[in-house]
Amino acid sequence: MTAAVSNTNTSLVKGLKCRECGNTYDKAPIHVCEFCFGPLEVDYDYASIGKLLTRAKIESRPHTMWRYAELLPIDGPPSVGQATGMTPLVRADRLAKRLGLKEVWVKNDAVSFPSLSFKDRVVSVAVSKAIEFGLGTIACASTGNLANATAAQAAAAGLPAVILIPHDLENAKVVGTSIYGAKVVGVKGTYDDVNRLCSEIAGKYGWGFVNVNLRPFYAEGSKSAYEVAEQLGWKLPAHIVVPMAGGSLVTKIGKAFGELEKLGLVSAPARKTRIHGAQAAGCAPIIDMVLENRDQVKPVKTPTSIAKSLAIGNPADGFYARQTIVGSGGWAAKPTDDEIVAAMRLLAETEGIFAETAGGVTLGAALRLIETGHIGKDDGPVVISVTGNGMKTQDPLVGTLPEPQMIGPRLSDFDDMWNRK
Amino acid sequence: MATIRIPTPLRKLTQGKEEVTASGATIGALIASLETQYPGIKERICDDAGQVRRFVNIFANDEDIRFLKNLETPVKDSDEISIVPAIAGGDRQ
Repeated sequence: MTAAVSNTNTSLVKGLKCRECGNTYDKAPIHVCEFCFGPLEVDYDYASIGKLLTRAKIESRPHTMWRYAELLPIDGPPSVGQATGMTPLVRADRLAKRLGLKEVWVKNDAVSFPSLSFKDRVVSVAVSKAIEFGLGTIACASTGNLANATAAQAAAAGLPAVILIPHDLENAKVVGTSIYGAKVVGVKGTYDDVNRLCSEIAGKYGWGFVNVNLRPFYAEGSKSAYEVAEQLGWKLPAHIVVPMAGGSLVTKIGKAFGELEKLGLVSAPARKTRIHGAQAAGCAPIIDMVLENRDQVKPVKTPTSIAKSLAIGNPADGFYARQTIVGSGGWAAKPTDDEIVAAMRLLAETEGIFAETAGGVTLGAALRLIETGHIGKDDGPVVISVTGNGMKTQDPLVGTLPEPQMIGPRLSDFDDMWNRK
Repeated sequence: MATIRIPTPLRKLTQGKEEVTASGATIGALIASLETQYPGIKERICDDAGQVRRFVNIFANDEDIRFLKNLETPVKDSDEISIVPAIAGGDRQ
């Protein structure tokens, strides 16, 4: 089922290449090196891209992720998600003041189109690629956000979707998947069990699993860092704090910053952007690699955090995520569930942004990194990467926020309540 | 003899067999025994230093050997061992 699909378009993608041993492959829905089982990555023709892509050209295009089309691995125009990407980068002065920093920005993927998380970008690429490959069914293993994004985009493409999730997922994420008509399968096990099952299904059924056999293409879609750099005025930030589950996003952010420099779209900053990783204390296999200076993942068997979207105990890109962080001079932090909730409230109360639990992890980690001096008070722009929407993960907040005060319908009832305080 | 489940990409080396048997007191010894039966299989599982490759998982009776004693994990005759490419998955009971 993995026969190479010939490509007649002029393409800036040479093929796929193993990140471990360097073996090369034709473009196909495959994600693993046949020899060493390492992950495959899209191999771009940067020399040609360098001649084609300029700031002016990018700026002349619509405000979507496709303004960076040359750096995304589809060969034709996108089949879905034409309006996806270019989410707001919000200058967060009130938050900065509370953090004691000079300049803070929030990359707000909580308002991503169409399904309110950064997964919209990766799925736009993966589903468009699946259609280029002629795959008839779209599928994924998901902790929630990917389920929503995949079901939405498959519906928009008119393709059937099969979504496999852990059985104990937040209700909002289940409803936000089923609504699109997708077949949703709850697996009695952790996300890692789901993921392993999906690998087997992908091999047997020949479906386009966005984060399995389409993973090399999918992962390229998470290069939101182009947007960040452009929104900062074609400048790289001093720091970026990124939530990690499988570790793909942080790796691709590092890659994207590197590409922008290599292509001359930004000038190299005096000091490299420090890329910091964030995971919840209840599931922090990548953070522990950084803190313990170890390059092997020690899988977390039973994740126990309210940040379910990050609860991947055996992160596929753990090795590269750590490499990205350490190589950038960044660091890592793992806030507790209480810190996560406190950070969600802080972001909401200072900036009016309701991030999901993973956003609380990211801001919670940033607070720790400021405390330990890994983010300096006088450093340049600090970007907090908010990847999902709080409306989807309300359960952990129940009981932590003030209850509405109940009164009668008369003005005197209100006066009594207001004056009582 | 322990039973070893072979993932699809390695079956070219085991004459298409999904399941093979081998003897050895540890996972490491089992891999060595596999190599004598099916030459070429060890370099696919282990790197030049002899360690299990970064993207290969080995399960002993459903337990990732990283939670046990890695290559030193003891093996009994009744054990079922699965070799699973970390990100490729593969058959596993």
